Amino acid sequence: NLNVPKARNRKIQMGEFKVHRIRFFDYMPSAIRAMAFSTRTERLALARADGALEIFNFSDNYFQEKVLPGHDGRAVEALCWVGPRLFSAGLNGEITEYDLENLRPRYTVDAYGGPIWTIGVNSQGTLLAVGCEDGTVKMFEVLKERIQFQRNLDRQRGRIISLSWHPSGTLIAAGMMDMIRIFDAETGRATHRLVVDRGAGASKSKEVVVWSIAFLSDYTIISSDSAGKVQIWDGLNGTLIRTHLITKWDVLALSVSQDESSLVAGTSEGTVVQFQFLSSTVDRLDKDWVRTRTFKNHSHDVRALAHTETAVVSGGMDTQLVVRPLLDKVEKNTRESAIRKVSFPHRSLVCCAKKAGVLLFQFPDHLELWRLGESDGYGKPGGSLPVKRGPEKLIQLKRKGEDHICCSALSPCGGWLAYSTVTSFRLYRLLNGSISICKVSKLPKDLRPAHQLCFSTDSSKLFASSSNSSVVVVALNEPECKYLGTLKAKYGCRQPVHLLSASENGKWLATANTDCEVHVYNLDKLKLHCTVPVYGSCPTAMAIHPTTSNLVVVHADQQIFEYSLVKKEYTEWSRRLQKQGLHSLWLERDTPITHVTFNPKNPAHIIVQDLFMFCIIDKSLPLPEAKNVLYNQMTLRSLPEPDRVLHSHGFKICKDFQHLLCVSLLEDHSLVVVERPLLDIVSQLPAPVRQKKFAT
Amino acid sequence: MAALYAGYTLRGLAPAQNRPNSGIQGVEAERDSDHVVVTDSTRCVTLYKVSDQKPLSCWTVKQGHTLTGAAVYNARTQEYVAVSDRKVIRIWKEDDIILDKAFKATVSSDVWRVHCVAGGDPVVLFHRGAVRLLDSLLSAPQQPIEEVLSPEEAISWSTNIVTESQQFVIFTTEQKGDHFLYLQRLNPNSLQRYHLEREEPGLSPLSFSVSYRDKHIRLLYLYPNGHVYESVVSVRAPVPEEGAQALPLPRSLLLSLPVGEGLLQAASAQELDEAHVAVVGVPHPSAGSGKDFLCIWNTNFQTLQAGKEMAGKIYGQLWSFWNKLFIPHGKTFSVIPYDCPKSSLASALGKQRQVKKDESKAPTSVPSWNTLLHEEKAHPSRTAETRKTTAPVEEVQREVQLLLSRTDTQDLQTSVGQLASTLASRSLNDPAFYTPSSLVQLVHTRYLCHSVCPDLVLLALERKDYFLCQLCLQFFPDIPEVVTCACLKVFISMSDVDAAKVNLEPDSVFFMEALIAQEHEAGLNGFSLADEEDRSDNLAEGGATAQRDNEKASAAEQMCPVGLHKAVLLNEILQTAYFDSFLLPHLKDLSSQDVVLFLQYLQFVYLKFSHDACKPTQGLRSPSLTQVMDWMGLLLDAHFTVLVMTPDVKDLLLNLHRFVKSQVRFVSELGKIEGSLQELDKMALKRDVGQYSIEIIELF
Repeated sequence: NLNVPKARNRKIQMGEFKVHRIRFFDYMPSAIRAMAFSTRTERLALARADGALEIFNFSDNYFQEKVLPGHDGRAVEALCWVGPRLFSAGLNGEITEYDLENLRPRYTVDAYGGPIWTIGVNSQGTLLAVGCEDGTVKMFEVLKERIQFQRNLDRQRGRIISLSWHPSGTLIAAGMMDMIRIFDAETGRATHRLVVDRGAGASKSKEVVVWSIAFLSDYTIISSDSAGKVQIWDGLNGTLIRTHLITKWDVLALSVSQDESSLVAGTSEGTVVQFQFLSSTVDRLDKDWVRTRTFKNHSHDVRALAHTETAVVSGGMDTQLVVRPLLDKVEKNTRESAIRKVSFPHRSLVCCAKKAGVLLFQFPDHLELWRLGESDGYGKPGGSLPVKRGPEKLIQLKRKGEDHICCSALSPCGGWLAYSTVTSFRLYRLLNGSISICKVSKLPKDLRPAHQLCFSTDSSKLFASSSNSSVVVVALNEPECKYLGTLKAKYGCRQPVHLLSASENGKWLATANTDCEVHVYNLDKLKLHCTVPVYGSCPTAMAIHPTTSNLVVVHADQQIFEYSLVKKEYTEWSRRLQKQGLHSLWLERDTPITHVTFNPKNPAHIIVQDLFMFCIIDKSLPLPEAKNVLYNQMTLRSLPEPDRVLHSHGFKICKDFQHLLCVSLLEDHSLVVVERPLLDIVSQLPAPVRQKKFAT
Repeated sequence: MAALYAGYTLRGLAPAQNRPNSGIQGVEAERDSDHVVVTDSTRCVTLYKVSDQKPLSCWTVKQGHTLTGAAVYNARTQEYVAVSDRKVIRIWKEDDIILDKAFKATVSSDVWRVHCVAGGDPVVLFHRGAVRLLDSLLSAPQQPIEEVLSPEEAISWSTNIVTESQQFVIFTTEQKGDHFLYLQRLNPNSLQRYHLEREEPGLSPLSFSVSYRDKHIRLLYLYPNGHVYESVVSVRAPVPEEGAQALPLPRSLLLSLPVGEGLLQAASAQELDEAHVAVVGVPHPSAGSGKDFLCIWNTNFQTLQAGKEMAGKIYGQLWSFWNKLFIPHGKTFSVIPYDCPKSSLASALGKQRQVKKDESKAPTSVPSWNTLLHEEKAHPSRTAETRKTTAPVEEVQREVQLLLSRTDTQDLQTSVGQLASTLASRSLNDPAFYTPSSLVQLVHTRYLCHSVCPDLVLLALERKDYFLCQLCLQFFPDIPEVVTCACLKVFISMSDVDAAKVNLEPDSVFFMEALIAQEHEAGLNGFSLADEEDRSDNLAEGGATAQRDNEKASAAEQMCPVGLHKAVLLNEILQTAYFDSFLLPHLKDLSSQDVVLFLQYLQFVYLKFSHDACKPTQGLRSPSLTQVMDWMGLLLDAHFTVLVMTPDVKDLLLNLHRFVKSQVRFVSELGKIEGSLQELDKMALKRDVGQYSIEIIELF
């Protein structure tokens, strides 16, 4: 009977995997502190409590394009876009402009006013105003390469917590303790003083903090404060128009839509309350700010808000970035109308040494090296094996200096470890099965701080991406490391490289930068081999196939391309995939693919992974038809055997593991799956504000 | 919507030789809503009983004297007060026959008018603006009277109102084209003077009307250009100092009436309530430029609510007392009853469905000789329905057919309701008249409901028209419980032979036929099992005979206890909406035989349903299992004590008890299953993954 071996053969082809399921990577994202959205570039800048900055591209599936690592002393309190330039101010009293091409601060200017609480730019983009602890609003002129102190506005008693420019640029409203001041931006005089009520009862004796303020073009001022109020003021007369009490706790953030018809306020309860400028009855002209919707997507304080044209973006103590589309602005039941939560970085923090079975975990301030456990024996699918030797933490390496780790890499053999901050680069040699570590002190001068690091498969070379999309190649030898050369892309590439991938045979190196350019270098000649046609969405993961030398690139819009490096063209399969189109369920996933790897035993397999699933793409099987249901493995398992064959397709989606930070295939054909369950993160958060629940 | 009803003549007017005025000086309310005192412009005061259109008494001053002020009635002393020859105040009672023998007093200054309203004291307003209470004036008739008005100023209109705390005399004056309003308070006395805003030059107000609401006095005045203004004066306005300048009186334009060609000559506007104004002497907007109309306008929505052509010359006089308008026109002095219900936008636009009540509420009109003589013209719009009151059955049916074939369904709704109730009431009154097919047609339109024609169901019952009954039960959403019960009573006590003759709606008959024809199958939802168990319980008690009895009984249960058509009718009852606390008292009126029969029927339906619970009814109207259960519960509630005492019913009750037991058991079993399913759920979750595990997965 021929059928039996065939069936078995198929089983081996896909088959069983031994999975190392790892949940001990206790990565803890940092709380979101501030946000700024640039409508011009559709970029959201986000600052976290540890000083790290993230740039999200809202026009490209909310992809996290850039990450600027944090710094111990930097506590960003406010962010501000001035055209394409990004400024931050923080409690260290400094104003920082960032170099978004080299992912580092460009310069910092001390405002000499004590901690800075807020920063704002006028609509012309010529003046920056910062609010300081000492009660001054300081104006800085925005010059081409720097900013220059211009003058102080009238100094007030008490700190300036929040400020907002009037769109005309002539007035500034500043939120303080117990009051709001309106300044004439030209003369610097305070023209109005609006007294903000304190809370009722016991909090009467507590100063009320005006956490956030917005100055609208019709001279309306909106303020939010620590007494739980959102207040609407007439800025010309300095009179209170309306008070909305929306919480018992603080209202920490405000954001107004571009057309000033809607505003959102974030509270300590984790709610976001929307107000809209509506007329109370149809056909009436007199409009009023009316409380319309309440969103509750956070468990903790909402510290930062952005009101885009179609969505409310919020973030806070619970570390998640939430994009909540306003359903009156987007088409219903489309990709745009789905709520998005960004809980983890869109890049890998885990590096797996495939040969050695060692994992490297990257934290902002240290690195951890773990050896995987072992088991012998066999088990049935769905069961777990007895663990003979548990996983072992080999090394915890604390970073030096104040800058946080920006990238790290572990060589496949487990013998080399490298990491970089924005100011320094370090390489270590690991010996005796990665137990002992020693720093490689003599490094070539050209090895500067890198954006991304990668070792060659044979662990003989290190690739470090540097400024202007260039890559430094270093040969690793025992006593000394030798600089081999710098791979330069064509002139004019300025964006940082965020993906690096070396081919198994050591011949190719592919780089991808945030301008969506993918370059492939020939490592023998140390020259550019080819440039993959630029696709409109940013690459989120890529890898070069070990045997066929095809480059597989996955983009933020979930498209998959396979490019033959030999023929310098898209492969047949890739064309077929584009022609037929990916399944709509695949395209609707809301987390990017962060890792691509291959199955050495079956060259037709591509293993890709995002936060909620991993998928083995079998190129030899038919693609899922758009009209069919995209069965995942869990559903397939529940089907009887003949149906499975009927419904099986080239995308083997496995959702058994959730919140995946890494899926990698070791040399012994076992999978490594690193999970970081959200519940574990939530359990480490401080307690949220107490809320009265029924019967408690 | 406000409505003007058919008017009637109070009296004729003396043939006027091109006199501009009507010859009526004033109309004043008398003791109640049916009496008025009419003063004519010469010598005569007449007391009328309005509904009788008949004078009760008449008083005349001697020749050579004239009445210069309308007579008023002082309800406190039941005396009449009038002024003759400007200076003589006359007071008399109803039994005084000769006026000249009654009390009179001459005062030192010219009197403009004497005013008296219910709840107030009579007040005398002098030509020069001074005001005295009648009592105080009469105590010293020759007391000097001061001059309030300037020499060129003359009073044009005056009235008198009483608020909660004070009495006011209000009068308007004219001085060289300017108009002033005086507000004279009494006790304590104070006078306020307001200046009316000037309308177009040369225009003086044609009429004034005053009302008091919400602590404000509202003055309504009409200008010859058709503008109706309202000015509001607070009764609590601060008293200005003596000699202060006349305050400007703010006004708001209430209505801008169409005036046709030229200005209005003789017109009058009278406020009826807060939303309605009656206007006479103004053209009807859709009837050319003739100015002889009486109209009611809604001031909130600026809509014309009702209009009536008044034959003959209009004198621009209009009084309104107790929902009646008094208008002298041509040669008659007419009384026109009106009705201003609370206005809503819907009614203002004529969209609201009018509750049919006018027939009963409209004032009983006594035909006047005039209308009797000139019959045809006076009633141009007799409705079709009224004609039908005498038409034979065939004609009615034809007319109904015609009416229903009309397409404008909007209008149909009201007419169908009116038609049905008229037909029903006629059929009730006239035993020979009955139009079953027309009524069925009307019910089929679905425009009817019980509240529109409350007699219909009872009529159908009376005439034994069970088909109509069935339709009503089906289509009327608001049948009261008492009527439902009456139907039930009739249906249940009807003999099966009678019922079989009835023609019923085919769908419901099909359903019932199918239900009865169903084969008895083994129970599907567990009832039979429970039955078995109960039998074994019984076995323990009563032995084998009980079992046999039970078997016999259960065989009997499979027989429908009532005939097919009766069952169909009962099903309709089961499906009507009801509220149990209202139904219960009426259910108690059923006789115990009826109750037993009905219970047996319910049990039969229940058994059929529970044996074949999930059988779809294929869109046929059928009672649901819950409805059957609810009715069973209600019947038992209403008659439990009687039933317990009746020996024949014992089996039935035991059976019913078994239903309940089985249901309870079934539910408790479900609860157990739910519990175990939840446990399974928890077990699935139990599998906790630690920090590290090595697992095997299989991909397909």
